[in-house]
Amino acid sequence: MGVDLIFKIAAIGILVAILHTLLDQSGRKEIALMTSIIGLVVVLAVVAREIFKLFESIKTMFQF
Amino acid sequence: MEIFQIVGLGLISTILIVVLKAQKPEMAMQVGIITGIVIFMLLAGKLSAVISLFYDYMSRADIDTSYIATLLKIIGIAYVAEFGAEICKDAGESAIASKIELAGKAIIIVIAVPIFASLLDLIIDLIP
Repeated sequence: MGVDLIFKIAAIGILVAILHTLLDQSGRKEIALMTSIIGLVVVLAVVAREIFKLFESIKTMFQF
Repeated sequence: MEIFQIVGLGLISTILIVVLKAQKPEMAMQVGIITGIVIFMLLAGKLSAVISLFYDYMSRADIDTSYIATLLKIIGIAYVAEFGAEICKDAGESAIASKIELAGKAIIIVIAVPIFASLLDLIIDLIP
């Protein structure tokens, strides 16, 4: 279940990098920055949920 | 064999991180976090079987299970602190990493105090 998440996040990262370069090349610097920040926030939301799941499973495993 | 899965997963995610690091280092870090979580999740089922076996033998040998609970808690804290500290260190923030490690050590000492106190009580009882 988690393995596709790695590919998903890597794909988002590559996509955001490409978009950033394209927008930067065409002179829209502020939109390029916006796409990077939005991509980062989206990925951060996913990662935060996964970290929460990890902590929950550690809590149940080690009987906190 | 699970080890081939885990090694393959680690290699693939390392390649992805190396590709991403040049363009977007923050995304590379997130891929690293997810990889760590996925590998732990693959191991969690097997480890919890070992832990439940441990509990079983503890209850059969009539040993107070609060000690083993404290021990497990310490292992969990050590793992979480290590996980966080390694991610911070990878991202170049070794100062925050060492603070996380310090916090882990402090919390482990606080949790271990009851065991230490019971050991000291035993020693004091033995002294005539």
